[in-house]
Amino acid sequence: MIHVAYVMFLLPLAGFAVLALFGRRLGDPWAGWVATATITGSFVLACITMAGLLGRPAAGRSFTQVLFTWLPVGGLHVNVALLVDPLSMTMALFVTGVSALIHLYSIGYMKGDEDYPKFFLYLNLFVASMLILVLGDNLLFTFVGWEGVGVCSYWLVAFWFGRDTAASAGKKAFLYNRLADVGFLIAMFLVFDKTGTLDYSGIFAHVSAIDPAARTAICLLLFAAAAGKSAQIPLFPWLADAMEGPTPVSALIHAATMVTAGVYLMCRMNPLLATSHPAQWVVAGVGAATAFVAATIGCAQQDIKKVLAYSTVSQLGYMFLAVGTGAYEAAIFLMVAHAFFKAELFLGAGSVIHGLDDEQDLKRMGNLRKWMPLTFATFIFGWLAIAGIPPLAGFWAKGDILDNAWARFPVLWGLGLLTAALTAYYMTRLSALAFWGDDRWRAVLAKHGHGQGDTGRPHEAPWVMAVPLVVLAVLAFFGGALLLPWHPSWTPLGWLAPVFGARLYDAHLSGATEWVLGVVDAVVALTGVGVAFPLWRSRPDRPALEPRVLQRSYFLDDLYDAVVGRPGQALADFSATVVDNRIIDGAVNGVGRLARQVGSGVRKVQTGFVRQYALGIVLGAVVLLVFMATRAWA
Amino acid sequence: MTHDTAFPFLTVLVLLPAVAAVVVAAVPARLGASVQRRVVEAVGLGATLATLALAITITVRYQAGNGGFRLISDHMWAPQLGISWYLGVDGISLFLILMAALLFPLVLLAGDLRDNRSAVAWLLLLEAGCLGSFVALDLVLFFLFFEVTLVPVYFLMTGWGSGRRNYSAVKFFLYTFLGSAFLLVGIVAVAFVHEHQTGTLTFDLVALESTRLGTASQILLFLAFTAAFAVKAPVFPFHTWSPDAYADAPTSGSVVLAAVMAKMGTYGIIRFDLSLFPRAVVDLAPLLLSLGVAGILYGGIVACATRDLKRLVAYSSLSHLGFVVLGTFALTTQGLTGGVVQMVNHGLIIAVLFIVIGWIYERRGTWNASALRGLQRPAPILAGIFTLAMMAAVGLPGLNGFVGEFLVLIGTFVSHRWWAVVATAGVVLAALYLLWAYQQVFRHEPDPETAAVKDLSWREVAVVAPLVLVIIFLGVYPKPVLDRITPSVQRLVQQVDRATGTQAPAVSTGTTSAAGR
Repeated sequence: MIHVAYVMFLLPLAGFAVLALFGRRLGDPWAGWVATATITGSFVLACITMAGLLGRPAAGRSFTQVLFTWLPVGGLHVNVALLVDPLSMTMALFVTGVSALIHLYSIGYMKGDEDYPKFFLYLNLFVASMLILVLGDNLLFTFVGWEGVGVCSYWLVAFWFGRDTAASAGKKAFLYNRLADVGFLIAMFLVFDKTGTLDYSGIFAHVSAIDPAARTAICLLLFAAAAGKSAQIPLFPWLADAMEGPTPVSALIHAATMVTAGVYLMCRMNPLLATSHPAQWVVAGVGAATAFVAATIGCAQQDIKKVLAYSTVSQLGYMFLAVGTGAYEAAIFLMVAHAFFKAELFLGAGSVIHGLDDEQDLKRMGNLRKWMPLTFATFIFGWLAIAGIPPLAGFWAKGDILDNAWARFPVLWGLGLLTAALTAYYMTRLSALAFWGDDRWRAVLAKHGHGQGDTGRPHEAPWVMAVPLVVLAVLAFFGGALLLPWHPSWTPLGWLAPVFGARLYDAHLSGATEWVLGVVDAVVALTGVGVAFPLWRSRPDRPALEPRVLQRSYFLDDLYDAVVGRPGQALADFSATVVDNRIIDGAVNGVGRLARQVGSGVRKVQTGFVRQYALGIVLGAVVLLVFMATRAWA
Repeated sequence: MTHDTAFPFLTVLVLLPAVAAVVVAAVPARLGASVQRRVVEAVGLGATLATLALAITITVRYQAGNGGFRLISDHMWAPQLGISWYLGVDGISLFLILMAALLFPLVLLAGDLRDNRSAVAWLLLLEAGCLGSFVALDLVLFFLFFEVTLVPVYFLMTGWGSGRRNYSAVKFFLYTFLGSAFLLVGIVAVAFVHEHQTGTLTFDLVALESTRLGTASQILLFLAFTAAFAVKAPVFPFHTWSPDAYADAPTSGSVVLAAVMAKMGTYGIIRFDLSLFPRAVVDLAPLLLSLGVAGILYGGIVACATRDLKRLVAYSSLSHLGFVVLGTFALTTQGLTGGVVQMVNHGLIIAVLFIVIGWIYERRGTWNASALRGLQRPAPILAGIFTLAMMAAVGLPGLNGFVGEFLVLIGTFVSHRWWAVVATAGVVLAALYLLWAYQQVFRHEPDPETAAVKDLSWREVAVVAPLVLVIIFLGVYPKPVLDRITPSVQRLVQQVDRATGTQAPAVSTGTTSAAGR
């Protein structure tokens, strides 16, 4: 059964084709149901494939499926091929699962949109690309998915293209990623130059043939690409802007799946990364720094989705911290847990936004627990999970990463712990502002003239939106179970071990140390919650706690604009007007003028000059051709 | 060098449109305007479609295998001058022929000149010249075809162009003609040296390859040949005629100029420079690689500051052709194969872009991106087709543009690392200016005038549909194309390596032990 793994990405691709051809005829809601059905099919296939793999002995759980030869040129040989192994299937499983839930949610959320079928068209293409990304058996096929998710992100962020901000945000997301992808491309060239192949198995078989400097270079180049896709320092500003997209897009692409692709790539390349200590240092350092910086920004954001966006950046930083420490399983664990609770939070936020007629400002919400009980109840799970309150998934996942950091890079552990406190703080601030306090939303709904006999109350979401909320809340609660040792010989995440080898640092920690660290984590999380809750429940405006520098994300956008954007535009303008027009073309015209002055006699017949000349050529040529043709048959 | 077949495929391929041009030009006016128009349209379309059918037949009959010339037609016609009607096709020219033959009927269908007698006649003559350039293996014959193409373009531009069309046409004509003068001198010089050495005067490419030339004379002759080709392509910094010409020509002219005629320049470099002057090619590779990289970056940078859509595409063309130059002078199998693939892909993509931009002009009367907005709302299909061509141009994997660029870059990296690294930055620039243009033209809420625009008609969709399908197909499954190009490229690379005593990097030929296969 596992030999039909390729159908996993073909199903959403088929959905894409159907929607491209018949989407408008299917319309609302059938286009949505078709799309949801294909993704559900992929999820079922992923489950079957997973079961098939688990039925094999641990050593035989990796196989390659070649579909066809893609680029055969001389020594370069690239296949369209899938690598089915515990890592790719873990990814495929949670990607399809979360995607299916978010597709279902979107049927309700996008209801009535004039481009309803197109939304699902992009969404299906996105899932197909994401599956290609995680299932690709070589760097280049992974890159196909990598670019595919990028372009879908561009289309979906700019989905409401009538808004200038949405159109610009989509472009910004694409360009940041494109810039980072230069790293991916050059890394591939270097890999090919050193090993003559782009297949993962081929590369890992020849790690020793790559000199240490090149290993570090390859890892850092790939990390540059990962930093773009996964929004790490210095390339994270696009993710906050990407919140211009519809909320299901933010949940699926900009929280649960696409932005984790960078983490996946680094995990996939672990045999190479493990041999380069400088690269590990950089990955861990950038990850920890990003986690901290983004968390500080998240503390001062006013837009509910932007808080969640910076929170995502911060959590991705944790994942890279784990990757750099060599704790790949921990990174994957947080990735999966994060997909559950962050998707939950985004969909909950979407429910709130939907209920308040597209209001995203936290300062205009308040006391929603009274009006949206289901959203509130499910949101709690996401909130407490990401804050790191035991026994929810986030506590275990974050704890695992911090334990490993403690063992390898104590300084980064300190930064990570500080970030944990901030995480608990900003998420509590968000929850308190949205669900407690006064009914500040009344002004909003009154202004919108919420008519037709409606009493102007926030409305709860329809069932297609409620079901995913409940399922994700349950997963956010129990996700931690993935790490529990169910049986001495089998833990759910332990099956990743063959992919990563035994490179876990917390193996060196004693049981007592682990307990102490766990208690510290819990205390820190509770402190964050305890500080934020009373502060933000009582009063929504505390300017001292929301400094401008944090609200404006350390002025990074302004900085990039001043350092790159404006000089770049000036260079382009200078090239177009001065260099091209005056210098290069000026030289050409200068030569022309010179020639004309020298041959002043020509001037008299200048108007008809070229025309006569041209006719002369063509007549002469025709005569020659006819002559040659007659000779040719002679 | 065998005559594979009794039927002179290539001769017919070249003469069919030429004869049709004469027929169209001879359609008498006394038939009455409407009848005349119908006859012109029928002959024009019939001839271009028949040529396409012939090109498809040739491609189907061309089996992957050794990289030598096939379907040879070789007839001496002026023995005293050493000139012969010598035609042949190999993997390098095969898909250029197919691409050109595909574009001409579509160009006729896309514009409103398809029933105009003189326009159709000029276009048919142009097709004959273009196809002839790609199959001629006699240097004089090549030069003839190469030059003949100037004339129809000149008349198409002055007759049906826009803007400063006379200025642009004269500039185009004189500039390229000047380049050709160097080529003619070079051709004659090579032939005379060969005659001096062997006692036979010939312009046969294969015979001339054995001419013994010193390094200095190789370099001089290389520069003479390359002057013509660099102008035609155009290669930076010989490009300034192209934005004017592309912008002021009618859509059909822009498409043929950018998609087909530009390739005569890069094809000429590969076909003639590499086989006749290998020493000069290797010695001057750094210079040409630098010009290629400069074109990639410079074209992209200027495109970022360009508001006129046609000029923007012209600069993007400069950028994309830089990849062809880069791949050619990388002198590796991947680089050169990528260069050839890029020529075909660029032709297909830029044809869609120019055709769609032409339709935008028909609807809104402007090429200025800043004056347009919101076109996606009333015309989603138009927007979708533009998006696809744009993404192919940006190099999105899965579409054809990526295949050529990736092969060029990886092939250059293994032989000339730093040029490839700098050139890779070009992929960012393409996204920058194309996405900007897209946002300007298609995003936002439309103004009232734009809101009333009609989306593409079925006929218009049918015109670009073949191109769209090929763009996707070549991105997903380029193997049949690569399998036919690669042997010819390998043959050429080995020829250069043998002549100069250089050695292609082991990974590129697959002879390294580290490849592990």
